[in-house]
Amino acid sequence: MTLPRTASQTVGPYYEIGLCRRPDNELAARDVAGAFELSGRLFDGEGAPIVDGMIEAWDAVGRRWGRSGTDGDGRFSFWLTKPDAQDGRAPRLDVYVFARGLLRHQLTRVYFPDEAEANGADPVLSSLDDAERATLTAEQDDGSLRFDIRMQGEQATVFFEH
Amino acid sequence: MSDYADGSPIVLPDDPSFGPEVQVDYPGYRSTRWRAPQRRLVTLPEEMHDVAGPVFGAETIGELDHDLTRQYDGEPLGERIIVTGRVLDEDGRPQRGVLVEVWQANAAGRYHHVVDQHPAPLDPNFAGAGRCLTDDEGRYRFVTVKPGAYPWGNHENAWRPAHIHFSVFGRQFLQRLVTQMYFPGDPLFPYDPIFTSVRDPRSRELLVARLDMGLTKPEWALGFEWDIVLGRDGNGTTPMENR
Repeated sequence: MTLPRTASQTVGPYYEIGLCRRPDNELAARDVAGAFELSGRLFDGEGAPIVDGMIEAWDAVGRRWGRSGTDGDGRFSFWLTKPDAQDGRAPRLDVYVFARGLLRHQLTRVYFPDEAEANGADPVLSSLDDAERATLTAEQDDGSLRFDIRMQGEQATVFFEH
Repeated sequence: MSDYADGSPIVLPDDPSFGPEVQVDYPGYRSTRWRAPQRRLVTLPEEMHDVAGPVFGAETIGELDHDLTRQYDGEPLGERIIVTGRVLDEDGRPQRGVLVEVWQANAAGRYHHVVDQHPAPLDPNFAGAGRCLTDDEGRYRFVTVKPGAYPWGNHENAWRPAHIHFSVFGRQFLQRLVTQMYFPGDPLFPYDPIFTSVRDPRSRELLVARLDMGLTKPEWALGFEWDIVLGRDGNGTTPMENR
């Protein structure tokens, strides 16, 4: 017998009380060799920053997890080393987006800009068109990586069924 | 999309075809308008159903993290309650050792958060946050006070029914769930577009805890039981012992 699943509800504007009580945004310590910052901004369909969003990042291969709230500019930030690749898949982070106004969290991915060959062979990226792929690929930004997330609009980030 | 002339919220009729899913672009909840994705969602390979999620060890939980009434020297005001239940997958398998996090308003309906300016008193003895790991039966348990209803700006005279926010991890990455638990018999249910964004009335009912006199401790606290059912713990192609 299958039990009916519990429905999702928004995290609301006050998630920080329960979910961001401790800093959790380091998938790798900042002083580890090869560690870099991955940061970005979360935008709504009007191009306004979402200042009450929360991002969770999961490196499924290295089993490393992190969480970051967004600040007054809609900015989130993680520290990590690049995830390993596995089984012919390009290195990636699986990313959940939570926010007031999102009744269910959304799933996206971060791929890495210096992995052109692996990205080209990745079955998920290959199933998308160029513009869609671009929304999932972080950009080099002076030693850091930048990954903006757009909920709606022409350049909306690709989200996955889950 | 505007509200009805009398200021009441947009409430769409029941639609059981939604099952456990919320309508993510539910028009009654205004903030969905610029935030809910509008493009088709891309399907990931089936293998994603067997991607394990993060595991949080006992060292991440403080001894009193499950008891929201004992985090300060004094006791918070309000009705003391026990909230407990099991985290299961849809095949009924208990999700053992998974992280459950909760947050809520105080008994007066005020959150301990700078953005909340509702003119109800803060309680110096209540932060409103807790966390625990489920036990071998998949059970979580919190001691807290019953949160109050509070106003919000969604539409004229909008009030949220009393609720506790829950964040739950399963064993698989895709089982992740954030939701809200409500209290039985709340007269605000039909006016709350977040609650009614769950269009199937049976699924809405599942968000409501049950008063349990067996859990209720005489002379001390009312007990509420609320089970949480996550998606399937794997797609069934991986042998159990490998998980």
